Amino acid sequence: MSAHALVRALVAPDTVAALDEAGWTGLLTAARAERLLGTLAMRLDARAAPAGVAALLSDAIEGAEAERRAALWEAEMARRALAPIGVAPILLKGTAFAAAGSTAARGRAIGDLDILVPRAALAAVEAALIGAGWEPVKTDPYDDAYYRRWMHELPPLIHAERDRLIDVHHSILPPTARPRPDAAALCAEAVPLGQGLWALAPADRIVHAAAHLLADGDLSGGLRNLWDIDRLVREQGVAALRDQARRHGLLGPVRQALRLAHRLYETPCPDWAGRFNGFDALVRRRLLVRDGWGRQRHAATRFGFYLRSHALRMPPPLLARHLAIKALPPRWRPAR
Amino acid sequence: MRHQHAITVGPVRFRIGADWAAPIAALRALYAGYPDEERVPDCTVRLTAPRPWRRLVRPAVTISGDYWLPDTVPLPLAQGLVAAEMGMNLQVALGWRRHLLLHAAALERDGRVLLLAGASGSGKSTLAALLMLAGWRFLGDEFALVGREDGCIHPFPRPASLKNAAIAVVRAAGGVIAAEIPGTPKGRIGYVRPPAAALARMAEPAPPALLLLPRFGAAEAVAAVPPSEAFVRLTQASTNYVALGEAGFVALTRLIAAVPVCAIDYPDSAAALRLVERLWAEARR
Repeated sequence: MSAHALVRALVAPDTVAALDEAGWTGLLTAARAERLLGTLAMRLDARAAPAGVAALLSDAIEGAEAERRAALWEAEMARRALAPIGVAPILLKGTAFAAAGSTAARGRAIGDLDILVPRAALAAVEAALIGAGWEPVKTDPYDDAYYRRWMHELPPLIHAERDRLIDVHHSILPPTARPRPDAAALCAEAVPLGQGLWALAPADRIVHAAAHLLADGDLSGGLRNLWDIDRLVREQGVAALRDQARRHGLLGPVRQALRLAHRLYETPCPDWAGRFNGFDALVRRRLLVRDGWGRQRHAATRFGFYLRSHALRMPPPLLARHLAIKALPPRWRPAR
Repeated sequence: MRHQHAITVGPVRFRIGADWAAPIAALRALYAGYPDEERVPDCTVRLTAPRPWRRLVRPAVTISGDYWLPDTVPLPLAQGLVAAEMGMNLQVALGWRRHLLLHAAALERDGRVLLLAGASGSGKSTLAALLMLAGWRFLGDEFALVGREDGCIHPFPRPASLKNAAIAVVRAAGGVIAAEIPGTPKGRIGYVRPPAAALARMAEPAPPALLLLPRFGAAEAVAAVPPSEAFVRLTQASTNYVALGEAGFVALTRLIAAVPVCAIDYPDSAAALRLVERLWAEARR
């Protein structure tokens, strides 16, 4: 299982010395598939790698550096677009780690720009972004209405010239999910990073990563998410984490994320995270599905988590309605 | 993957895996004689069924790998070779960083390289195949690899891919079509294998001497293209110019500064070959 090899190489980079050609191939393919190749390349000593591999690793480092630069530029573009309406965007995830100089950003792939803004400012933010050249991605009226009514973010926007997506969040979980994070507190306690950029308070960054990993998605890309958590925990400790997690109704996901990070990445783990249990083992299995060709195995496990991700996002009647409408061809879907 | 094959073309080592034997067998035949080496592959291509039963019932090939594009339509299994070629193109276009990539054909004579850049349908592949038959060394008809350090064009000699009427044109000029696949999204596709000499020298780069922007189907005309316009057109003809950032800018400006650039319109291949010979002679003076 190549995802195991990836986790092992991230935790103990020296162990790659024992890899043969097939081992390297599987490791690099899984790392690419999990979007962790740049991270892996920064962890490894390229000198210990065979010649062809060293070139691939250096490509990955260069690519990650280009992504970091582009991500910070995109953040600056958003800052400029929102400055006239007096909104300072709070950066989330990869861009926030890069702007904060966190070790989680070392080699990290960064795709879309994710920002958090106060809910009351949403309409003004959307108008300002559209005025500055962003345009809607979703053309289906049902999808658009669905985002606006049920999601914790606006329908995604893409910049017409730079071709970069922005996700504008007003919270870190959908309003239909059971945990109710205090979005106003997340905004109020955000910290400045300099040059007009802001990020969540350090503990809240871990809370958000755990919410994103375990209370929202179907766990695809989870190894990278968990690696973020590992880096953040090692960097800043867990001092305020328990109280913040409880305050946002996310103590369960945060505890589970810590248990998983400890089991996979040997992350230091406080006692209050509890003991690794049977469900944790199932999540771990879901996280490690990649084979040496970058394919996802364990279709049943993945499907189970896909259903679960939807069930966590919304109550059953709403979910049933949503899935039924999504099964229709677009022209038969209601607009709302 | 159940069936697999590894191929080295120039600096790139591919690993292609498939659910079926047929596309892999077709690849082995098309790439027979390419050098083999034990090396960790740079690019992985996967040819898989969109659903498990589609391996057998109305078999269809989905293209993926290290990189993929959303919403790609699967091809029927009979077009598995085309899917493999598209998959290899996709991995290079989206993932390769060691050279600046131009969507261009490249041929070498007397130690210098002629570049033919143009959109699909401009006739560059046909022209490249004809020049190859006329004795030019074939460096590739899909991607020209511009060295970031040396500014040279590095060979990437995949089989030349011809479409529709071009197949008969190249055949009439004495070319051998190694594989022919009808009914693809781009019509009938034929592949021409590079001669053994091109494969034997595929690690040998050469400096560029002339860049032509061919356009098939118009009255014969030649127009010098100013560097500023050539630059903009080539940024659009590059799949990794943006990803490379400053390195891409440096490589492209150096290329533009090093070679004359001409747009050529031509009504038929005889006129095109005549134009190329004339402009090549002028460029070498």
